[in-house]
Amino acid sequence: MSAIEVIDLSRHYRLGSVDVPALRGVSLSIAANAFTVLSGPSGSGKSTLLNLLGGLDRPDSGHVVVAGQRLDTLDDNRLSDFRARHIGFVFQHFNLLPVLTARENVEYPLLLAGVAASERRRRAAELLDAVGLADRAANLPGQLSGGQRQRVAIARALALRPALVLADEPTANLDSHTGAAIIALMRDMQRQYQTCFVFSSHDAQLLAAADHAVLLRDGQLQAPAAVKEAA
Amino acid sequence: MNTLQLAARNLVRNRRRTLTTLLAMIVGVVAVLIFGGYDRNIRLGLETDFVRGSGHLQIQHRDYFLFGSGNPAAYGIRDYTRLMQTLQADPQLAPLLQVVTPVLDLGGIAGNFAAGVSRTVYGRGVDVVGQNQLKQWNDYRMVGLPQRSVALTGTAPNAAVVGTGVARVLQLCTPLQVKDCPQPLAANEQGRAMPADLAALPVAAPAANLGRVQIELLAARASGAPNVASLQVVKAEQQGVKALDDISVQLHLTQAQQLVYGQDTPQVSAIVLQLRHSSDMPAARARLAQLLQGGSQPLVVQDFATLNPQYGQITGMFAAILGFVAVLIGAIVLFTVGNTMSMAVVERTVEIGTLRALGLRQAGIRRLFVSEGLLLGLGGALLGSLLALGLAWLINHSGLTWLPPGNSERIPLLVRVAGEYGMLLATAVGLIVLSVLSAWWPARRAARLDIVEALRHA
Repeated sequence: MSAIEVIDLSRHYRLGSVDVPALRGVSLSIAANAFTVLSGPSGSGKSTLLNLLGGLDRPDSGHVVVAGQRLDTLDDNRLSDFRARHIGFVFQHFNLLPVLTARENVEYPLLLAGVAASERRRRAAELLDAVGLADRAANLPGQLSGGQRQRVAIARALALRPALVLADEPTANLDSHTGAAIIALMRDMQRQYQTCFVFSSHDAQLLAAADHAVLLRDGQLQAPAAVKEAA
Repeated sequence: MNTLQLAARNLVRNRRRTLTTLLAMIVGVVAVLIFGGYDRNIRLGLETDFVRGSGHLQIQHRDYFLFGSGNPAAYGIRDYTRLMQTLQADPQLAPLLQVVTPVLDLGGIAGNFAAGVSRTVYGRGVDVVGQNQLKQWNDYRMVGLPQRSVALTGTAPNAAVVGTGVARVLQLCTPLQVKDCPQPLAANEQGRAMPADLAALPVAAPAANLGRVQIELLAARASGAPNVASLQVVKAEQQGVKALDDISVQLHLTQAQQLVYGQDTPQVSAIVLQLRHSSDMPAARARLAQLLQGGSQPLVVQDFATLNPQYGQITGMFAAILGFVAVLIGAIVLFTVGNTMSMAVVERTVEIGTLRALGLRQAGIRRLFVSEGLLLGLGGALLGSLLALGLAWLINHSGLTWLPPGNSERIPLLVRVAGEYGMLLATAVGLIVLSVLSAWWPARRAARLDIVEALRHA
């Protein structure tokens, strides 16, 4: 069963007068409840594909289906609501809201979804506990280490138990030890929450931990390979 | 964590910039409120001055206001006593009235024949009791108003009070103890000569005899024949405006009526109505219109603003200055808040991208930045108002005085901020609206940022 269907997806950017193809006719299925990594060299289209999967960008042609919903049919408001409900994001630079505490950052997606305050607090506490930061709930992001911030970001991404979690180079800003711990945590959380994790990464540790790898080169899909081969 | 709380935290996060912006807004609010309070005091002070002098409303002959200065006696109100009684007995009007008193204006020539000088004057016959009642009005609780009675109080029926300009021309400064009253260098011989027929008119002894200051007032009777009254000048009073000071003669109403109407039935130029409150003017005017309708005389009601055009001119000038100051400060606030918000949008581009990625709609981003503008406006309005109240208190207790145009005495320099809820509210609302408007454009720009570009922003 697939969580995501990508049909003949193309995306071009214009750099001045030059047309730069970022993705060229990509079609693929991404399995549900799996750990999938988008891999490839810089400029291969990983981030572009991830942005399109997450509904952050719109394709020039083709379409994406997430959790049974064609994203190209949604207007901006409905797409925002869809992201809030069904997609979690983990960013390379963590992107926590600096004025909110760890708990409030985790609560924020729940707030957008209209979850009651008491339930928000309960779920945020549960998630922070799950990522090992129960005692840091009242800390602001500036008071946390990089690894701790990424843990909070993972808890935030899972707050609404979304169908899909997208992570753009989640370990790129962490040392290898912390990166390994974060990968282990994400793997653990993916299993615990039965959700689909999709990453873009060069990280060999992450590739090794993935169930599936999607290889991209020059905006085109290379032959899907087994994890071990990709690693 | 709602939008306002998030907005507040974002403002606190950039303390220095927020404080700088707030400071600009506070200075603006203080400037508008202090000048507005000064303007308010001027406006109410002028109104009080005019209402104490000539009432809120006057009933006059229809043509008196436009043509009466040429021949006041020709536009008199007949049977005025009965009309006044009708007004005072009217169940709708009476509760609104504080004073009802008649006046009679007249034009004439005042002469100090002992010195061989004369000049044209504008006389006003008044009822002393009524005039003293008019002087009691202080609905706006103005500070520093003169409390003394009119100078004619307790004087003989032929007493008069002249302007210092009249005293100067009639060479009465010394006996009337008028200060700063220079004597002419040399009198024109031709001008000194008093026509023999006029010189023969006074029956009484000339001025300065028997220790009294006396002048003769020649006026035309309503019938057209000349009449002369010998008046005892009890005081020379500065009238504030030179043009008025040079022609003013105030006398008792009965004396003025004797002069103008002789043995005929006396009339008056106007019935002065002072109301308990200025806010009752529309109701009083409406009732007066009903009462005067269908009467035997063509009477109209004039308000103090019409009778004293300088009221509108002065208040209009101050309103224009206040408006200019407000617009200037509004523009400064607009650009200050707009600049602050624009900088915030640039600095928080990644944060905006993150919020949008997490599912916050464009409207949510707009709401967030507009809320920050709203909070800045609220803070600026509150702190600015408090500071203005404190500063106004200091000014009001500093003992400063000033000489308003047209006044003969210095009055306390006051600013009315405390209790002026309308002005405080208007300033606060104006600032908040400006602040929100200033934030709107950067907020709109933030909301329309491309999410991917925003997330990539360095």
